[in-house]
Amino acid sequence: MIWLDTLVQGILLGGLYALFAAGLSLVFGIMRLVNLAHGDLIILAAYLVLMGVTLLGLSPWIAALIAMPVMFGLGWLLQAAVLNRVLGKDILPPLLVTFGLSVALQNGLLEAFSADSRRIPVGALEGASLDLGLVTVGIMPLMTFASAIVTIIALNALFYHTALGRAFRATSDDAVTAGLMGIEPKRIFAIATGIAMVVVTLAALYLGMRANFDPSIGPARLIYAFEAVIIGGLGSLWGTLAGGIIIGVAQTFGAALNPEWQILAGHIAFLAVMLLRPRGLFPRAVD
Amino acid sequence: MYRLTTRTRAGTVTAIIVPLFLVAALALPAVASRGVIQDLFFILTMLTLAQIWNLLAGYGGLVSVGQQAFVGIGAYAMFAGVILLGWNPVLAIPLGALAALVLAVPTAFFAFRLQGAYFAIGTWVIAEVTRLLVAQWKALGGGTGTSLPREATSSILGTDAVRALFGVREAAARDIMAYWLALVLVVAVTGGIYWLLRSRLGLALAAVRDNVDAAQSVGVDTARLRWAVFLIAAAATGLTGALIFLQTARISPSAAFAVTDWTANVIFIVVIGGIGTIEGPILGVLVFFALRSALADYGSWYLMTLGLIAVVVMLFAPKGLWGLIASRKGLHLFPVRRRLTGPKIEGGI
Repeated sequence: MIWLDTLVQGILLGGLYALFAAGLSLVFGIMRLVNLAHGDLIILAAYLVLMGVTLLGLSPWIAALIAMPVMFGLGWLLQAAVLNRVLGKDILPPLLVTFGLSVALQNGLLEAFSADSRRIPVGALEGASLDLGLVTVGIMPLMTFASAIVTIIALNALFYHTALGRAFRATSDDAVTAGLMGIEPKRIFAIATGIAMVVVTLAALYLGMRANFDPSIGPARLIYAFEAVIIGGLGSLWGTLAGGIIIGVAQTFGAALNPEWQILAGHIAFLAVMLLRPRGLFPRAVD
Repeated sequence: MYRLTTRTRAGTVTAIIVPLFLVAALALPAVASRGVIQDLFFILTMLTLAQIWNLLAGYGGLVSVGQQAFVGIGAYAMFAGVILLGWNPVLAIPLGALAALVLAVPTAFFAFRLQGAYFAIGTWVIAEVTRLLVAQWKALGGGTGTSLPREATSSILGTDAVRALFGVREAAARDIMAYWLALVLVVAVTGGIYWLLRSRLGLALAAVRDNVDAAQSVGVDTARLRWAVFLIAAAATGLTGALIFLQTARISPSAAFAVTDWTANVIFIVVIGGIGTIEGPILGVLVFFALRSALADYGSWYLMTLGLIAVVVMLFAPKGLWGLIASRKGLHLFPVRRRLTGPKIEGGI
């Protein structure tokens, strides 16, 4: 039953990667912007939650609830003050600006919180598990996976059943025409990045509760998120979940064979999908 | 008579001054201390990497964040040549270019499937995969790395002559050899790029940069062009990587494949100096080195400052510091733009 166990652990790990990826996927879908600082923003959010827990003595859930609007504001500001200035036909400026931000953020966190690895304490929940007969699963991974599904359902509902979602889709299709209809693309972009940062905070909460983190691990999270988005196919959030699961399963199986192969196996799964299905498994958007 | 020319007066002055400057640089080890030579080696190799990345991103539109793959594989190939094949380190340097070229073919195959911004992270993934695979290579120290054997470093080609010439110790002679090689490399790479941009390939690159559709409609094979630029850049980066680690004589996967050292710093140099010009990286590397020296005692504040400066430059002066100078003074030291010259046209057309 060890293989079944590995498979289940991998699927649940995929939930975490889907959470990393959902914000990236949202922002890319709406404004074709790849935020290279995405991983470092996850780590920043994790430290925000940690500060709420250690300094204010809050429970991690409450701390995350408070961190969410803060991160929304930060995302809104980042988009309105910085990223909107560089968006355009040329992809070079936004890439270089977010890359600069990534390095600045990573080293700023290093200066503020040192290189020590930290963890968000959750008490009894940490080691709790559920016996499902064939396999035993941890409560925490299970909650991560459930949160990923709820997040995707909520984002899809927002996208397809609200006025804001209509504005998102219209701006994504054609920002100029959307502007003629009274939508202000730059305001829409700022809201979208804000929402992506709320998802980032949720991802950060689980990242910090499940494992140790330190300021240097942001770029690796960005890469996992990116791989999940590409495997799933651009524009499909459920595809992103599938992509996260593929990376997660590949990593746990790789680790089961040899602990040194965990990360490598995830990357190789990504390259294999790229080779067989260059546009991902469930492509929706053309680009 | 009207004719197309890239020549400017400043360009002619550059053509006279640069050779004089190079002769002085070659003779410098006679008077400079070992520390100065090491600093110059660092500046020259970073400048080489910056010029190559500028060719990729500034002229070829290929924003790679995975150039550390080629630095690393080039360095490891040189180490493999020395440790496994018993070659002289200097002769093993070209192995770096070869290995980088071999790695560049599958990298381009995968990364070119990704459009625009995703290309950047795609190259990063390949660099990570390469690093993880190399860390499994036990003969070269695996994850912890290895050093060049004592016999190899003491028998580096030319060090005996340098020792006799300047009367210095063996380690200093090795630094001088590395410095000279870096000088040759930076001149070859900068000169090569300059020549490339003035050739047909450069014209095609400029056409693609300005308008892909228009370029294709007049017969520019954009796919082949991207391959050519990517492979040339990879080979040159591999060569530089081999040289950098010849000087340090010690290698590990995390140092050889460091995204901060070989890609982030390089991008900042190009962005701050001015992307899409040959002068930009030269100015950028000087600013970079000055900042590095000034903030050396402040740990990670230095990288944070560098990142923020790059962001500010990108926001307010997208053409970099050199762009500011060039637009004010109309100065082009390495002119690559083709302009029409001849008698003034009366009455206009």
